[in-house]
Amino acid sequence: MTEPILYLDSVSVTFDGFRALNKLSLIVEKGELRAVIGPNGAGKTTMMDVITGKTRPDQGIVLFNGDIDLTRLDEARIAELGIGRKFQRPSVFANLTILQNLELALAGNRGAWKALTWNASIESRDRIDEVLEIVNLGTQKNRIAASLSHGQKQWLEIGMLLAQEPLLLLVDEPVAGMTDAETEDTARLLKSIAGQRSVLVVEHDMTFVEALDAKVTVLHEGAVLAEGRLAQVGTDSRVIDVYLGR
Amino acid sequence: MAATRTHIPLRLWLCLSVLVLLAVIVPVLNLLTPPEHSLHVPTYVVSLLGKYLCFAILAVSVDLIWGYCGLLSLGQGAFFALGGYAMGVYLVRQIGSRGVYANPELPDFMVFLNWTELPWYWWGFDHFSFAVAAVVIVPALLAFVFGWFAFRSRVSGVYFSIITQALTYALMLAFFRNDMGFGGNNGLTDFKDILGFSLQSDATRLGLFILTCLALAAVLLICVAITSSRFGLVLIAIRDAENRARFLGYRVETYKVVVFTISAAMAGLAGALYVPQVGIINPGEFAPANSIESVIWVSVGGRGTLVGPIIGAVLVNFGKSWFTAAFPEFWLFVLGGLFICVTLFLPRGLLGVTESLFRRSWSMPRRSVAASTPEAAE
Repeated sequence: MTEPILYLDSVSVTFDGFRALNKLSLIVEKGELRAVIGPNGAGKTTMMDVITGKTRPDQGIVLFNGDIDLTRLDEARIAELGIGRKFQRPSVFANLTILQNLELALAGNRGAWKALTWNASIESRDRIDEVLEIVNLGTQKNRIAASLSHGQKQWLEIGMLLAQEPLLLLVDEPVAGMTDAETEDTARLLKSIAGQRSVLVVEHDMTFVEALDAKVTVLHEGAVLAEGRLAQVGTDSRVIDVYLGR
Repeated sequence: MAATRTHIPLRLWLCLSVLVLLAVIVPVLNLLTPPEHSLHVPTYVVSLLGKYLCFAILAVSVDLIWGYCGLLSLGQGAFFALGGYAMGVYLVRQIGSRGVYANPELPDFMVFLNWTELPWYWWGFDHFSFAVAAVVIVPALLAFVFGWFAFRSRVSGVYFSIITQALTYALMLAFFRNDMGFGGNNGLTDFKDILGFSLQSDATRLGLFILTCLALAAVLLICVAITSSRFGLVLIAIRDAENRARFLGYRVETYKVVVFTISAAMAGLAGALYVPQVGIINPGEFAPANSIESVIWVSVGGRGTLVGPIIGAVLVNFGKSWFTAAFPEFWLFVLGGLFICVTLFLPRGLLGVTESLFRRSWSMPRRSVAASTPEAAE
């Protein structure tokens, strides 16, 4: 086994008496593509909130890339360390162009004083062109993000994550509202990203999860219910009961 | 790409030209035409225009944080008033022994209150340079501390508006107290001169007017520089999708504190130029209504355009001067109605509407507020 990129051990989060995460343990390997499924309220988004520093766990261990304790860091620092997060609803900077969106996402100094004197360098332009190519927006880089279609916004956001050069991408329901063709393309894209980077995808669309062809973790009531290949998890009677349906 | 950012829109050139023209023509018409001439600009009009331009600086400072970073401060008037008080204290010290009580050490109101010595926070204000520094630093410091706590606790949206409103209200109550040491209810007034020039002379008033034009131009240019840098892009990013910016690794609170502090310093400068031209500063300047009015100027002129708020401030205040003379009881209704109409029908303000009309009739290339022009980006 290789060294894990993400290590969650017995993580619990309670909101007003409601246990959103209940001793959740999860390990994601370096370069792995992992799909997380589960019914609404299973704790998928809370798990992402814990990993990205938005929510502090009541107890448990959250380690990133060896021994970095994520429970002590804020969102900005965690992002800087190399965790990129894609939100469920496409979240891009609507009044900026595609190019400007990517420029802001590009790995580099995030300091306020530095930002007052920043100028685009040649390398950063090359990197942006590369990302534009990957997410298929190469010909439209001067379009205002607000004018993009839903699917294009999702892709732009994935592109922003890539520009950020993260070690781990957390992707929350990327294909919600996408056409079948777009869904297929997105599965292909995420698979191509995995390998160099680790990718954790939360999704409801089972065709998409199937297309990802990855290890699947099923969450239920804030804990892991089952883990394994989809074919194997899909026959688990408990999974069928709580999630897939008979 | 760098070219996109330094691309200066037409409206900025127009605005700067008008300011420079005003700074030249108004003094010329005041000095060189006889009072009965139809083009003569009387001195009281010069001071009135100067006052409007001070409000315009305040409006630009509001637009910097509200238009670009989405921070709706309803307490911007507090920074304006603090800058005004800093200048007022200097002007009071310049009175010296020419006050009613002819006390060379203490201002009149302190003698009246039987104070025996100058409070420590009045020290240093005998020097003009100290006062000028205080004009910028005092509001900036307050904004920094206040913003630090507010933004670190993730106070945003309407809650931020409410606590800024509370801030200016609290300061108003504090400055009303005689113990505060700033003249209480009456504020500071009866100023004699500034840097040795009599405030009653036409030349001093013209000088202050020219200075205000230049200050407005400088503030405008600084804001353009800020908003067209990467820093400005991050501000827009925070305004439009704060969480996205945060999870990309931007420390949102730092950016907010920085821009809020800069904007407060600008508001302080506006207040400092305002006080010698109107001749008085009192706690009424902290009234929440003043801060709200400054927000109305910005939305009337066009939020997020920097130039629009200048137009809004001048037009609305011109309307206010006229209305409060002609139909004093209706002004607040007009102001409220104006705000509602602009919000409903002109969300981009007068500047936004004018520009899109021109674009339609001349089919000018589309230029968006914060975005690049396609031709310059290639």
